[in-house]
Amino acid sequence: MSAPDLRTRPCGGRYGDIVEAIGNTPLVELKRLSPKPGVRIWAKLESRNPTGSVKDRVARSMIEDAESKGAIMPGQTILEPTSGNTGISLAMICSYKGYPLKVVMPDNVTPERTQLLHMYGAEIVYSEGAKGSNGAVELALELASADSRYYMPYQYGNEANPLAHYHGTAVEILDELEEVAAFVAGLGTGGTLMGNGRRLRETLGDAVKIVAAEPMQGEPVQGLRSLEDGFIPPIIDLSLLDRKIFVTNSDAITWTRKLLDEEGIFAGVSSGAIARVAVRIAGELDEGNVVFIVADDGWKYLSSGIYTRPLHEIEQLESTLWW
Amino acid sequence: MAVVKIPPVLRASVGGQREVTAAGGNVAEVLAALVEAHPGTRTQLFGADGELNRYVNVYVGDEDVRVLDGLQTAVGEGDVLVILPAMAGGGG
Repeated sequence: MSAPDLRTRPCGGRYGDIVEAIGNTPLVELKRLSPKPGVRIWAKLESRNPTGSVKDRVARSMIEDAESKGAIMPGQTILEPTSGNTGISLAMICSYKGYPLKVVMPDNVTPERTQLLHMYGAEIVYSEGAKGSNGAVELALELASADSRYYMPYQYGNEANPLAHYHGTAVEILDELEEVAAFVAGLGTGGTLMGNGRRLRETLGDAVKIVAAEPMQGEPVQGLRSLEDGFIPPIIDLSLLDRKIFVTNSDAITWTRKLLDEEGIFAGVSSGAIARVAVRIAGELDEGNVVFIVADDGWKYLSSGIYTRPLHEIEQLESTLWW
Repeated sequence: MAVVKIPPVLRASVGGQREVTAAGGNVAEVLAALVEAHPGTRTQLFGADGELNRYVNVYVGDEDVRVLDGLQTAVGEGDVLVILPAMAGGGG
């Protein structure tokens, strides 16, 4: 627990290649957002990973896990459903390691994601945006079952996803802080919450509260035919969570702006939602550290105008799959 | 009375309304009142075992009752219950 002062560390480390450089992200205190002096809020800047998101850890973990099991060899096509970030992370790693990549992604994500995926050489199959990420999962499972040449890491059901955090993110947090009163992250696949949550709970016991911030998708993205088309990622164990709080798109964007305006943190929309929940939890505490995950940076959202335009002028606020 | 927000996928079962009111001191009682007024919602909200359908998330305010006290989670006068389908999402 007695880590050397950050200022004495050599620029975040030295690595053999870009894949090795994933992780070891900064933990930054947000003094201006803290509601009271005894409660310190810390942002784990996963946006500082090589492709700008926490999913670099997950993609590396899933690919290295498949390699270690002999499930894939260079040249084999990887197929994955994604709302963007995992696809971009896989695209970088697959490009570097020599795996062709096909991603299935909803057609209502921000256009930067398409550019980034093409930049790294990935092929994109679009799923119906009205079905949100559910539609991408459904289509990818169909494609994978129809063609055995594909290898699908399947982040929603792959234990290598939470293990990336169990062995990585959480260890880094515990290296910097001896006490954590609350850990807040976004709920998507569940990997960030499950992996960090398990490690923090094992180390700190019930003293740490594990809190999920989840998106309240706009109605145009709730295009289910019936509730039986719902989806719960297999890796999620709700018993690990102490709280699960939804955040609307408008609140998420408002807080994304707050992160930028008050703390200088240029983050994506999910991070605004997570920050909102983190500040609320901080307000309920008398003292302690609240750690939250900044899941990605803001570059992929620039075309939407969320950083510069008033909220009421944001187009397709409810029909965009923001996170 | 609590206000219950109805997701698009359930609206056909409540005459197209976006929200309805229902009485009850906890989530179970409010949902029972909803089902009584709109019987078409029963098989969508609940399984044969009487438990909440696994793909239905119910929130009091903005907090998921499954990680609070489940169907026994208290509902105050004027509270808003939000019903949402369980969907994949969130930075994946």
